[in-house]
Amino acid sequence: MDILGFLTTVVPTAFFYAAPLIFTAVGGAISERSGVINIGLEGLMIMGAFVGIVFNLLMGPVIINAFGSGFGGDLTPWLSIIAAGIIGGIFALLLALASITFRADQVVSGVAINFLALGIGIFFIKEVFGAGQTDFVDHPFNTTSIPLLSEIPFLGPIFFERTFYTNWLAVIVAVLAWYVMFKTPFGLRLRSVGEHPHAADTMGINVNRMRYIAVGISGVLGGIGGSVFALTVAQNFSASTISGQGFIALAANVFGKWHPLGAMGAAIFFGVAQSLSVISQGIPLLDAVPGIYLQIAPYVLTILAIAGFIGRAEAPKALNQPFIKGTR
Amino acid sequence: MGLQRLNSLTIPLVSIVFGLLAGAIIMLLFGYNPVEGYLALWEGAFGDKYFTGETIRLITPYIFSGLAVAFAFRTGLLNIGVEGQVFMGWLASVWVGTAFQLPTIIHLPLAILAAAIAGGLWGFIPGYLKARFEVHEVIVTIMMNYIALYVTNAIIRTYLAEAGGESTDNVAQSASLKTNWLSEFMGYSNVHWGILIALFGALVIWYLVERTTLGFEQRAVGFNRYASKYAGMNVKKNIIFSMVISGGLAGLAGAMEGLGTFGYMALHSGFTNIGFDGIAIALLGGNTAIGVVFAAGLFGMLKNGALNMQVGAGVPPELVDIVTALIIFFVAAGFMIILLKERIIGFFNKDKKQSKNQKEGK
Repeated sequence: MDILGFLTTVVPTAFFYAAPLIFTAVGGAISERSGVINIGLEGLMIMGAFVGIVFNLLMGPVIINAFGSGFGGDLTPWLSIIAAGIIGGIFALLLALASITFRADQVVSGVAINFLALGIGIFFIKEVFGAGQTDFVDHPFNTTSIPLLSEIPFLGPIFFERTFYTNWLAVIVAVLAWYVMFKTPFGLRLRSVGEHPHAADTMGINVNRMRYIAVGISGVLGGIGGSVFALTVAQNFSASTISGQGFIALAANVFGKWHPLGAMGAAIFFGVAQSLSVISQGIPLLDAVPGIYLQIAPYVLTILAIAGFIGRAEAPKALNQPFIKGTR
Repeated sequence: MGLQRLNSLTIPLVSIVFGLLAGAIIMLLFGYNPVEGYLALWEGAFGDKYFTGETIRLITPYIFSGLAVAFAFRTGLLNIGVEGQVFMGWLASVWVGTAFQLPTIIHLPLAILAAAIAGGLWGFIPGYLKARFEVHEVIVTIMMNYIALYVTNAIIRTYLAEAGGESTDNVAQSASLKTNWLSEFMGYSNVHWGILIALFGALVIWYLVERTTLGFEQRAVGFNRYASKYAGMNVKKNIIFSMVISGGLAGLAGAMEGLGTFGYMALHSGFTNIGFDGIAIALLGGNTAIGVVFAAGLFGMLKNGALNMQVGAGVPPELVDIVTALIIFFVAAGFMIILLKERIIGFFNKDKKQSKNQKEGK
């Protein structure tokens, strides 16, 4: 197997697994930079996958009726992830309400969110479809070659053939999040309420409102992440559609040191790790490694990373601390 | 102090009522009769001997997983890794149960002890990393859950199952918590003696936390890490110790499954949820041993009874997952309930003042 062949096998698969993680991990970074731990990312992804699939199944025919099968078919998955993003954002406000307004332990309310999403999803699926899982969607995202870019020698076949537009959307979102977070006044405020909310408050920043916005954005991105996973990888929804991707995204955020681009890098790394355990059989040397090591590698590496063996990571100082005006 | 004591009881109770109410509303919205739904749930939990036996069977590991979370929480640690520790304990107990031929009096305690040690070791890692490197235990324990899931599966597949098999052998009778007559007596349910061990475990933990120096240090470190250090306590040792005990208790929950309910360990495609439910149970039980026993009882009842809701009233059992999630949510947001209570009390006080003013002719 030559290098080009190897890369055109590994990279698209890794990228395909990484994209949902990028969306969600960047959302996690935004939430945690504002001082709210988001253990609920898993639940937000579940919500997103659920809404994405259900919207796709129920609204697909309607959209096709309105726009014709060609354009309507292409439009359906995009509208599905938008719907998932909106519902994800609204759902995340529950987490915000508990963690910010009612000063709940953020980890515990995150755990509750995870349970709640799964309960709602499966309850609804059973009500509407009469079974524990939905049918497969007719309008998932399909692989495409991106025009022009796929013509680039060497890089084209690796990155721009057999790829998804959502993969590249994920990259754009990460870069945009980096720009907003580190180059705009809004980003400065966001980071300041996560580092020193009382100082931010003194400067006239509405701490709780900033946190609500941040958690809301993480909900939108988590919802999109979950729906992208559902509409590219799983293509239906059941209790096991999202099984740990949210926690991996959480880890990617920590691994990436609460930085959107770092989170993206870590998500790609985890995508590679996940894809390796899927495609390792076809790759020389790797097929000799027992699958278990590849399976646990992302988790072990995350522990090593946060233990400081792979560069020191400094969490936002006010993480997991409710802001109570007038105290110090 | 009085107010605090009141809150520690009112918050869980109000949360349960709110959770059940929300469940009733959801049932109404989807066209079910909530009274029928909850009656079916009650029937499914305690309707006859079989159902009661199954409910007790489910409560057993819940007591241990709840104790595990509650114990760690007393030191200010959140052990989300109970799930993984359950896997390790389950595997260790089944391994001892299948690998040796010993008299019951040695075999059963040995298998249980192995589970506690395996769970404890799995808890030691995040405890050590927390004490030594100040690594947040939440992230580490979440990662440890996945590692445990995949590692136990790999060990079963490679060493304990027959070639191509999906599960281990059954544990020897001498290591089993089941007895035929108890099972027959409870309508051929899967109930086993583990419930007595679990209740005894709760008693031991109560004594340990409330009546010993060790428990006092544990609580002191939980209240204020820095003050405890200043008072000469070894905070790091306490953190590690707390996670080890917590992991050991979680391992015992695994032993209940391995030696009691199932008698073997099969490959798992996902988590058992015993550990995650343990978080809810500890929280609802106010992180006390007695509270945990009651909360485990409630959760066992809800989860087991839910299975009958589908048969009895056509309601998907996942309704109970929504209800339990909301209960955790309300307990976590306990401040909401305190605010609500103050509003209500304030409202009535204002009323009183007004009527008083009216009486005085103002």
